[in-house]
Amino acid sequence: MNITLEAPYLPLTGKRLRQETSRDDRIKFGLMAVIGLYLIVALGAPLFVMLSKSLSTYRFDLAAFEFQVSDETRTKWGRVVTGDALNRTLAAVAEADLASSTDGRLAATKFFPDFSFRSPVHYRIRGTTDDAAFLVGSTLEKGTEWREYDSGTFRRIMLRPARTLGLDNFKTYFSTPALARSIYNSVLMAAISTVVTISIAFALAYGLTRSCMPLKGLFRGILAIPILVPSLLPGIALVYLFGNQGIFKDWLLGYSIYGPIGIVIGSVFFTLPHAFLIILTALSIADARHYEAAASLKASKWRTFTTVTLPGARFGIVSAAFVVFTLVITDFGLPKVIGGQYGMLAVDIYKQVIGQQNFEMGAVVSVILLVPAILAFAVDRRMQKRQVALLSARAVPYVPKPNARMDGICFAFACLVSFFILGMIAMCQIAAVVKFWPYDLTLTAKNFAFDLMDGGGWSAYANSIRLALLTALFGSVIVFAGAYMVEKADAFRFGRNVFHFLAMMPMAVPGMVLGLAYIFFFNNPANPLNAIYGTMTILVVSTVTHFYTVAHLTALTALKQMDPEFESVAASLKQPFHRLFFRVTLPVCLPAILNIAIYLFVNAMTTVSAVVFLYASDTKLASVAVLNMDDAGDIAPAAAMGMMIFYTNVAAKLIHALLARGLLARTQAWR
Amino acid sequence: MRHALSIEPTPTGIARAPEVAAPYLEISDLWKSYGDFVALRDISLSIAKGEFICFLGPSGCGKTTLLRAIAGLDLQSAGRILQGGRNISTLPASNRDYGIVFQSYALFPNLTIEQNIAFGLENTGRSRAEIATRVTELLATVGLSEQSKKYPAQLSGGQQQRIALARAIAISPGLLLLDEPLSALDAKVRVHLRHEIKSLQRKLGVTTIMVTHDQEEALAMADRIVVMNHGVIEQVGSPTEIYSHPKTLFVADFIGETNQFPAMVLKDGAVEIGHSAFDCSTKDLAAGATATAVVRPVDIIPHGAHAHVVSAVDRPATPQNLIDAEVREMEFLGMFWRTRLTAPRLGERTLVADFSVNAVRRLNIETGGVIQVEIPRDRLLLFPRSA
Amino acid sequence: MNRHMFFMLAGAMSVVLPAIASAQTELTVYTAVEAVDLDRYKATFEKSHPDIKINWVRDSTGVMTAKLLAEKDNPQADVVWGLAATSLLLLKTEGMLEAYQPKGVEALDKKFVDKDNPPSWVGMDAYVAALCYNTVEGEKLGLKAPKSWDDLTKPEYKGHVVMPNPASSGTGFLDVSGWMQMWGEEKAWSFMDKLHENISAYTHSGSKPCKMAGAGEAVIGVSFEFPGAKAKSAGAPIDIIFPTEGSGWEAEATAIIAGTANLEAAKTLVDWSVTKEANEMYNAGYAVVAYPGVAKPVEHLPSDIAAKMIDNDFEWAANNRATILKEWQKRYDAKSEPKS
Repeated sequence: MNITLEAPYLPLTGKRLRQETSRDDRIKFGLMAVIGLYLIVALGAPLFVMLSKSLSTYRFDLAAFEFQVSDETRTKWGRVVTGDALNRTLAAVAEADLASSTDGRLAATKFFPDFSFRSPVHYRIRGTTDDAAFLVGSTLEKGTEWREYDSGTFRRIMLRPARTLGLDNFKTYFSTPALARSIYNSVLMAAISTVVTISIAFALAYGLTRSCMPLKGLFRGILAIPILVPSLLPGIALVYLFGNQGIFKDWLLGYSIYGPIGIVIGSVFFTLPHAFLIILTALSIADARHYEAAASLKASKWRTFTTVTLPGARFGIVSAAFVVFTLVITDFGLPKVIGGQYGMLAVDIYKQVIGQQNFEMGAVVSVILLVPAILAFAVDRRMQKRQVALLSARAVPYVPKPNARMDGICFAFACLVSFFILGMIAMCQIAAVVKFWPYDLTLTAKNFAFDLMDGGGWSAYANSIRLALLTALFGSVIVFAGAYMVEKADAFRFGRNVFHFLAMMPMAVPGMVLGLAYIFFFNNPANPLNAIYGTMTILVVSTVTHFYTVAHLTALTALKQMDPEFESVAASLKQPFHRLFFRVTLPVCLPAILNIAIYLFVNAMTTVSAVVFLYASDTKLASVAVLNMDDAGDIAPAAAMGMMIFYTNVAAKLIHALLARGLLARTQAWR
Repeated sequence: MRHALSIEPTPTGIARAPEVAAPYLEISDLWKSYGDFVALRDISLSIAKGEFICFLGPSGCGKTTLLRAIAGLDLQSAGRILQGGRNISTLPASNRDYGIVFQSYALFPNLTIEQNIAFGLENTGRSRAEIATRVTELLATVGLSEQSKKYPAQLSGGQQQRIALARAIAISPGLLLLDEPLSALDAKVRVHLRHEIKSLQRKLGVTTIMVTHDQEEALAMADRIVVMNHGVIEQVGSPTEIYSHPKTLFVADFIGETNQFPAMVLKDGAVEIGHSAFDCSTKDLAAGATATAVVRPVDIIPHGAHAHVVSAVDRPATPQNLIDAEVREMEFLGMFWRTRLTAPRLGERTLVADFSVNAVRRLNIETGGVIQVEIPRDRLLLFPRSA
Repeated sequence: MNRHMFFMLAGAMSVVLPAIASAQTELTVYTAVEAVDLDRYKATFEKSHPDIKINWVRDSTGVMTAKLLAEKDNPQADVVWGLAATSLLLLKTEGMLEAYQPKGVEALDKKFVDKDNPPSWVGMDAYVAALCYNTVEGEKLGLKAPKSWDDLTKPEYKGHVVMPNPASSGTGFLDVSGWMQMWGEEKAWSFMDKLHENISAYTHSGSKPCKMAGAGEAVIGVSFEFPGAKAKSAGAPIDIIFPTEGSGWEAEATAIIAGTANLEAAKTLVDWSVTKEANEMYNAGYAVVAYPGVAKPVEHLPSDIAAKMIDNDFEWAANNRATILKEWQKRYDAKSEPKS
């Protein structure tokens, strides 16, 4: 009775076995292909096109032009010379100055030092290629045909640069001090804001988890407020508080709020909730047994703090630091409003594209902005992976004991921060209802008459709500379906990994970059999806994509909590996967889906960066209106519109809470 | 137990000769590898209709992998599976015919007990009334009629387990697969459920495969046990066969407890252990071969302090297998005493022997005393060992 | 192949679908004109031309220009109405404009018409560089109102002047190009070097400096006349000052996008845009319009603004824009960073 045959290796006589595909598999595969395609079209392809755009350079190709000069009688013509040859003998234009932009122009007279517009000689010019272009005044001429001009007209001849591929744009970027300086500025601002935000967030989270201070719930609520407003709003509040007519101008001791100070204060305001939530979570999972051990060893408070509290929360702190760093370095709204002349990368993109129509340079700045964001993202991912192993299932939750002094300090600090947050919002509220700050402080509703201002009027507000609702609806569906495929589809391992990678990417892609990439990709007549350019659809797609990662992770976490064998059980019971999905998966994950929906809604209301390049005249948005009204100097209406966004988000949060409660009562009875 | 197992490994690709009565489930030449790691190595196994089979082995031995291959949840790398004459080797799970119970039970948390059991019945053309009747019947079968409106989280582990079982058998599958169904329960419930599952299986007559790492569970429940290790089947047999006639040292060691001694075959029927010769069946081992001699603690027979007591024992003892031993330690375990003995004839090694309470009292065995023990010839098992 | 198929299909659809939808010709008109004025223009035009319907697409000058350039290979607009002439020149050099001589264009001031024949763009009205001076803040600081551009370089104004960044604002560029055309490049640069010392901020938008002056965030805002008048009406304590040397200006102009499928309707609209009737409507917001003798004074603005306008060479400005901005950024962008 010999049972086993000790064959040394797998007897592979033919191909590997392949499981026959069931109908379920085919449906799942189809769904996954659809959603994978969505992410490729909405993220991968646009970024690729943008990358290639940053390498698309404009350069004067002097060899592409030929000139001929007549004598004064205009009967005899001189030798035909290329612009290149002329420049070599004259050195009229330095090699570096040949690098140009779409808008570049080079006067042809530069190559004729003895040119005089009164001279009777005539000039001939032609291109040696069909694409060689030049202007006569403002008329575009192209092609290899000789054209003859008198000297008065020849003065108006401007050569146009030719499009090539290369790193010239990057060279130009780094040789322009103001632009290159922005890298330093952005990193510096992000670093300072990160240190300040993390310190404050840690102190707050520490107070909420390790002390018995009162009103913890209220403080949590107040700390969530900055998420509900666009990042432009703290900028506007700071102008009113510390600007030249600001109430507390003197506090700055003569320094201007426009610039680094404003950027840091505003950044702390809008990144605080993010850092606070992450660190709070990290501190909440602390193990009481460690504190008991420390107490039994008679460790001092400080020593307990440095050996137990800090190490326990260190992954949370690092993670929060990267989130804050990325948010600040990629934010566009705040430095736009309060940054003054302090160059920041995200604003440079806007200036290059909207201010100078230099799309290529915008793409270059975008690529540069991607670097720190991706670095921060990659490091954070690595850290996250290590944290999982640290969690112990048997940890005992820590329950703080009352300590009057400690509780008092924590309470006072929380009050101070809450006062800061509420103060900023209150300032905007006051600004929104005052007639003419600071000269006429009577109350008025005229700042809400948005239709009389640039920016889009009340229809922009309606558009924003429409965008937020559509984003919440389609975003939740796409994100949840995608996460379901990643987590539950049992085959197509490769596809799932690619998909998951794509889903994680938006976190590292700044909104400005995404928006610009969309212009390049969708606004191309050769692209069959060109039709969505300038519609609400592209705004929804960009917003869903921009905020994809966090939503995806939320969905994934919810799905991971489900027993992985549900699918196997359903298959053994011969039930199609969609029945399991709608009967079990969806109802069980409903709370998470509602959270995703409200997350997408709130962010769609406040986002500026991705959509600022994409909105069309009939799809203007409230958040962009805040930007544009502020840009035009209509700061009070900008504040008013910002407050409208705030009210809307508060209302949405309340509705979400009610809805969640109602729905959960019906679907989550089992909990 | 007509079709114990396929005895001869057949070369891949050559059709097997039809057997007298076709087995219900037939696995042939099954391989499963993950990259370089081979999880299942050329597994062949036949299971008759109505049998209760246990896959037993330490964790990582491949027993769950084999179960999942049968279920179509993890496709094998090579090999063929026939169920009721149908080739199911590459069928998707949903096209196979089985019910399954997982260690976690995988009960749908948002559905009531009823809804859980009815899940597989809906969408199959049955009327509502039919489904309700069937659910009631199943609830009665597993003895949980009272709990039908509750949610899984409101039930105890044992109750959840029974619901999972009811859900699996609701669709009357041809094959019932149980993946460590009892391991998450506490000891008492586990023992109780063993009987329930076993009697339910008898009643339904459903062919059942249960994966377990608990030898006691396997011995108590299985018609036949498939002992697995490192991706291969070590032995297939009835519980008594496996226990009394382990085919390999691994099986002997994994099931029940053993004393193991290095040994050398002296001649046909005799081995040397320590410094002495012992009688035993040397089977096909040649003289001079090294081996491991194994004896279970319960098989050691005490003879008290004096040799003449031997006559009191009704089986004749060969003098060679009767040794003097000093009692070093005694541990009272309720139903018996576990003793640790040292015997000069066995060399340095300790011999663990379990004696009945009765024998200890009768023979006046105590720590420090010297007694005679017998290692019965037919209970001394020999396994080849490479030098 | 597929691409061509798609094009043909898309092309066919875009021609056929609107035709089915309505017998009217719909014109997509890009504009940067103030939102409040658009309905008026539309209503008046459509009343006399019931067969043509205007669909406005409105945005700020910079965004509109960026949008038009981005759509270069696939233009969406039929007509551009009320965009800075400098922007239209940019489009012209890309070959995006259809040259057309509107009926009655001879009546317009030559300054407002493209010099080529037929012209590619025709002007409607002008906005003129001006200073907004906050009298309240000026008094607090003991300052006197500036009268000329040169006054702005006086040391007492240090940190009190705001002007638009020429690299991102059309108004900023018209200031710079105006100074250069008035004084020559060399003198203009040395003026700006001194002015830079007094500037507290370069804004992204052209109207913002005036609004900042209005709100007291700055004392002097280098801007143009229109937002000044608006801010003053809203209650801002400002004076609108036209420097004695003269002012750079920009025309708002109209052009037809080359390749439009609705060329006839587009021509009709442009014809209307140069009429006296249309110019009278422009006058509601703008003190200077292209049709001579039409303009009536606008509240808060002097009546002789036209006289302050320099002789602006749009072609020169457009062709030298890239070079000037490069130099400007080299001189002031880097220097304007806070010294650390």
